[in-house]
Amino acid sequence: MKKTQLLAAAAFAATLGLSAERAAADDLTLCWAAWDPANALIELSKDFEAKSGHNMSFEFVPWPNFADRMLNELNSGGQLCDLMIGDSQWIGLGAEAGHYVKLNDFFDANGISMGDFLPATVTGYAEWPKGTPNYWALPAYADVVGWTYRKDWFERPELQAEFQAKHGRALAAPTTLEELKQIGEFFQGREIDGKTVYGMSIYTERGSEGITMGVTNALYNYGFTYGTADEPYKLDGVVNSAESIAGLEFYKSLYDCCTPPGSSDWYMSENIDAYKSGQVAMQMNFAFIWPGVEADPNVGGGKSGYFANPAGPGGHFAQLGGQGISVVSYSDSQDAALEYIQWFAQPEIQQRWWDVGGASAMRAVVEAPGFASSQPFAQTFLDSMAIVKDFWAEPAYASLLLAMQDRVHKYVIAGEGSAQEALDGLVDDWTEVFEDEGKL
Amino acid sequence: MERAARATPAGVARKIKGLSDRAIAWIFIAPTVFLLLAVNIFPLIWTIQLSFTNYRANRPNAEVKWIGTRNYERILTDGDIWLTMQATAHFLFWTLLLQVLIGFALAWLINRKFKGNDLWTTIIVLPMMLSPAVVGNFWTFLYQPQIGLFNYAVAFFTGADVTSFSMIGDKALAPWAIIIVDTWMWTPFVMLICLAGLRSIPDSIYEAAECDRASKWRQFWTITVPMVLPFLMLAVLFRGIENFKMFDLVVQLTGGGPGNTTTLTSIDLKREAFEKWRTGYSSAYAIILFVTVFGLASIYVKALNKVKER
Repeated sequence: MKKTQLLAAAAFAATLGLSAERAAADDLTLCWAAWDPANALIELSKDFEAKSGHNMSFEFVPWPNFADRMLNELNSGGQLCDLMIGDSQWIGLGAEAGHYVKLNDFFDANGISMGDFLPATVTGYAEWPKGTPNYWALPAYADVVGWTYRKDWFERPELQAEFQAKHGRALAAPTTLEELKQIGEFFQGREIDGKTVYGMSIYTERGSEGITMGVTNALYNYGFTYGTADEPYKLDGVVNSAESIAGLEFYKSLYDCCTPPGSSDWYMSENIDAYKSGQVAMQMNFAFIWPGVEADPNVGGGKSGYFANPAGPGGHFAQLGGQGISVVSYSDSQDAALEYIQWFAQPEIQQRWWDVGGASAMRAVVEAPGFASSQPFAQTFLDSMAIVKDFWAEPAYASLLLAMQDRVHKYVIAGEGSAQEALDGLVDDWTEVFEDEGKL
Repeated sequence: MERAARATPAGVARKIKGLSDRAIAWIFIAPTVFLLLAVNIFPLIWTIQLSFTNYRANRPNAEVKWIGTRNYERILTDGDIWLTMQATAHFLFWTLLLQVLIGFALAWLINRKFKGNDLWTTIIVLPMMLSPAVVGNFWTFLYQPQIGLFNYAVAFFTGADVTSFSMIGDKALAPWAIIIVDTWMWTPFVMLICLAGLRSIPDSIYEAAECDRASKWRQFWTITVPMVLPFLMLAVLFRGIENFKMFDLVVQLTGGGPGNTTTLTSIDLKREAFEKWRTGYSSAYAIILFVTVFGLASIYVKALNKVKER
């Protein structure tokens, strides 16, 4: 009888213990865009689940609807997401509207240093106000606009000879925007393997952020800035400067001379499709696609090369992509969410993140000997991350972005008005936004 | 039958004893009235109130200022909004015209007795059974200059180069691209309503006209058209209201582009309200659209009633 009672007591105690363990485990939901790196993160997060006992769920939204869906979620104080890998431009809104938890104390308490991450990603993904040590995210996915090209086409002797004869230089990855255009024109409408191909696919999408993420790669390199160092909201004469106008005209000339017919509303996935199906010689796209290009049976395995956004007459920059990971302030599981960030910030996890197809922003990973040769695109990734520049990250970023989408698409794609009119109009729109915000 | 004829159970009868007919009527309609107030009237009043403020739904903690009619002034003097109004008017006019003409013609043909009549009716109404998102997506492929069937069909009939034009990328063609798709999808709806009208005309009227030796042409204009007209006007009302708020199909097809060429008012309003989060401004925008649609629909319904009374 005693033995039976002991056994029963032991079983009861074991059950209690199990219950206590289960009660400590949280269900965490991580929100991000639906793309290849997100799938890699699911795999990586299994390690966190095993070590912490927390259960991870994921809410991934396709890029064209990502900002809409997730900003609605944040703005409504929704509790769907405990962790948010939000776009870099949301950081101002996330901080000022109280959507994100400030992480400074947590970083200090857990020995997480922002000095361990690439400076551009800290500024771009974590800081608000920019340039101040106030952190609202941990750099999670380093990304930047770069270029992919058909190395196998570029290396063909007959094309090499023809290009050399025409331009007096070898057909190779361009280093300037003018060279980029020349190569685009060279391939436009050319017959390759019995198929008509085109120069390049660039971002032209109207609905979300596409054309802005594309055109800035020309604007920055012609000298466009969002304001001045002394007057961050000085727009007139800066945004619509002669250099900016030349940059916008250049992007339109790329669209007119060198893109496939019907590419008037293309963003990431359309550019990938055009490139992989052999329609274009070059494609503009964020670096996240590069592992997929390498693995592709049609264009991978050495057939493709990579280059950073070429320099222009006014400088050498590339549009920053990527995101930081933040804890949502409306979450009931903030402690568990912070545990996830602590786990994610470990160098060995960051190394695995790169290995499974993610893009670490940790210096220990990207500055390690051998990193540059770890993948065919790794050096280009490093080169590109060194020249990044980002769009406004103001709380009113959505209004600023929509105005730019509207003005630029009208000029570049629809051919309405001039570059000067487009940028003058943009100055008016942005002025109105900043006036509404009380910043002008 | 015996059950149906039974009186109200005594218990229930006792409970409602003492209530007037009016009170009982109110009990029955109260849920509906409550729902209408909660779902329609309250949001409308609230929207009107918001339209006079600078409220932004994404800044719940910001101070909300009463700004009078400033939102209305900004909207009515904004050239871009007038352009979206023009784009909407262009879309409405041509879709209604084409759908009425083709829908009526199809109904007239289908109304004739021939073998396979039912099969053809089913085939014709298929497009309207599809989801607008699906239709938008597959027409995007059909319009693709390099692989789309549409360009090949046009090239076949005109001899033009297949890739020389882009229906959804060209400023001049994009408004027609969305008109073609909407007409393809919704003409069957107009056809069905016209068919109902045609089938409601008694044969005896045509027989009497035959006796009076009226020509087919005369019968068409003096019998068919006047008797189908109320149905046709109803179809125009339904399609007009639907197309005034057209959103999904156009977003899928063109995203409102190129530029703002196909940005209809509903798309513009959604951007203002849920992307720029200018809630006060977009409330004023919504009220202006509501008044426009309500005013036009009221005038139209009066005209419809007059036609019916004839």
